[in-house]
Amino acid sequence: MKRYDLIIIGAGPAGLSAAIEAAKRGIKVIVFDENAKPGGQLFKQIHKFFGSKEHKAKIRGFKIGEELLQEANHYGVEVVLKAIVAGLYLDKEITVQIGDEILHYKGDAIIVATGASENMVPFAGWTLPGVIGAGAAQTMMNLHSIKPGNRVLMLGSGNVGLVVSFQLMQAGCEVVALVDAAPRVGGYGVHASKVARCGVPFYLSHTIIKAEGEEFVTGVTLGEVDSSWQIIPGTEKHLAVDTICLAVGLSPMSQLLSMAGCQMQDTPGGFLPVCAESGETSIPGIFAAGDVSGIEEASSAMIEGRIAGLAAAEYLGFITGEELEGLSRELEKALQCLREGMFAPENKGRTIAKTDEGIEVSHTLLKKGYVDQSEILRFPGVRKASGIHPVIECTQNIPCNPCQDVCLKKCIKIGEKMTALPAIDPERECSGCGLCVASCPGQAIFLVNEEYEPGLASITIPYEFIPLPVAGDKGKALDRKGEEVCLAEVTTVRTAQAFDQTNLLTIQVPADAAMKVRFFRSLEAEPWVK
Amino acid sequence: MRIKEHPILGKPPEKRTIEFTCDGKIITGLEGEPIAMALEAAGILIHRYTKKHHQPRGVFCAIGRCTDCVMVVNGQPNVRTCITPLEAGMKVQTQYGVSAKDR
Amino acid sequence: MGKIKDRLTSMGEFVPQPDDDMIICRCEEISKGEIRQAIHDGMFTLTEIRRFLRAGMGLCQGQTCTRLVKGMIARELGISPLEVESTAARAPMRPIKMIVLGNEGKES
Repeated sequence: MKRYDLIIIGAGPAGLSAAIEAAKRGIKVIVFDENAKPGGQLFKQIHKFFGSKEHKAKIRGFKIGEELLQEANHYGVEVVLKAIVAGLYLDKEITVQIGDEILHYKGDAIIVATGASENMVPFAGWTLPGVIGAGAAQTMMNLHSIKPGNRVLMLGSGNVGLVVSFQLMQAGCEVVALVDAAPRVGGYGVHASKVARCGVPFYLSHTIIKAEGEEFVTGVTLGEVDSSWQIIPGTEKHLAVDTICLAVGLSPMSQLLSMAGCQMQDTPGGFLPVCAESGETSIPGIFAAGDVSGIEEASSAMIEGRIAGLAAAEYLGFITGEELEGLSRELEKALQCLREGMFAPENKGRTIAKTDEGIEVSHTLLKKGYVDQSEILRFPGVRKASGIHPVIECTQNIPCNPCQDVCLKKCIKIGEKMTALPAIDPERECSGCGLCVASCPGQAIFLVNEEYEPGLASITIPYEFIPLPVAGDKGKALDRKGEEVCLAEVTTVRTAQAFDQTNLLTIQVPADAAMKVRFFRSLEAEPWVK
Repeated sequence: MRIKEHPILGKPPEKRTIEFTCDGKIITGLEGEPIAMALEAAGILIHRYTKKHHQPRGVFCAIGRCTDCVMVVNGQPNVRTCITPLEAGMKVQTQYGVSAKDR
Repeated sequence: MGKIKDRLTSMGEFVPQPDDDMIICRCEEISKGEIRQAIHDGMFTLTEIRRFLRAGMGLCQGQTCTRLVKGMIARELGISPLEVESTAARAPMRPIKMIVLGNEGKES
């Protein structure tokens, strides 16, 4: 049996972060992961993360993964891959399958960072090939460069469903519909809006009645549900699809903790270990970090991992209690920031009528995924002005502030509280640099110039599809719900390293369309239509 | 269907093209990619038929958890094709219940 | 429907539902109707249903269906899923061949 100071189970964002903090303090640490590659789900996340600088906001998930791996290598963290931890026993002993052997390891402390597994929902035909989890879709397209299907239906309007829908379009699939049995969009409004403006219809209060097909999916029947989740007769709709993607939530994979004898609690968020703030479970020296201790974003998992790594260091005597307190304080503050706003854990299931600023929330956003023209002007980021200026269609209190950070001219104000809605400072003049457009993880910022030329306005939009239009291309100018408003011509396309793969497309449209047009589809190429 | 170019990820990393068989048919795939991905690229969606009801199954979770994508690989049944790397000359067979079809 | 917590309380007659033939346990191909019937026959815990029907005992070890069966028990009994006892967690956590499980590494 091999002994280590600290054994970490899971080399995802939480496990690696914990290992880094421990290794920094001279602890002999080993990380086991059942997968062939470390990083957990980070390498499937190709979108820019929310949050603040300290949360690595505006950096794409897979790049955060690369940074994390580099840091782990730098501190000499030992990661064993394809190592399946089969059991966690008394006295902190684990059995691990490596190759065709079972090996025993013992740690003086253990951090369990096993993450979560996808929930699934049954319906007639859900076992047919072509019905897949949203995670499967991400694995196929973002890791293995395989299109999961051509015409995809997404079930689930939480952040996973919304983000994966957008990724499906980036991979060249057509998203035929976004469906959720709930009456309201569950994820961030900005994620919904970037899907809606591509023309994806949202079917809230709808569910899948059946997946059609004999040998694989050839279509789907949807139905509308009433307030008690019963299908309303006569509301059935048929859609031709070849893939049905399920994004109906995650559950913590806490079995190892349960097996070890940690005190567990069954909650609406899953079967969770009872943990202190440090992540320590009811068994001294066994810690939990990341999704296994409660489903959150990867940004939170990384901070939880660092805290657990430090707490384990303190448990093992490598740092003092005082040092732990000092080091954890900032981390806990950063973690708390991510748990604030409309999507805070305590707001789960609650209907929020007004933003912190007292502005009535957009109802079409929650029903159809976009903010209606009649609602948009009431938000502080949306102001008409002369000359070029940013229009920030960020209408919910979420913990995110890269736009404020990147604005060199200080036009964008969020303030200390990062969940506040971004507002425009009318005293400051926008230079039109476009950094805010490219940095917004929600792709909710546009540069608008109503006086571009007499009778013409220019609109700069974030664009992450291929083929990338070129100046002079003509196409359709689409509104927030993806409907054609008018024709538009591309005037410039800006690509820069600082924009990190988000291209800035500037189009010109008739002046009266300046506050309506939010997307462009080239006449020659419609990227997600084969 | 392979993605030839991706707006964020660019072109996929170059991998060696190799041959393997699925139910006797010669198929090309990329060395080291999961078997299931090579099959998906070749348009093969059905990995097995279930034991009781003889229903078709394919990739479901793609990370080795759900075990729906298992096939008979080099004579071994119940191989999770979504996490098993493809090798040249592999013999992949549709799994019926827990074995390949008698031929 | 009131809460049913002990097996002496009558659950009433088993009423078939139109989607009873829908598969819940994908590995062992156990249908919704079979699971509902088992609950009506007095199996109120995941462990009992596992042992009686093998739902959750297949190759994947209940990765997908455990949560679904839990919800079904709760619905049939009129209780919250949080009141349904969770399954015992045992090694091995992933399907491992017996030949491997019995092969203690030399390093150990």
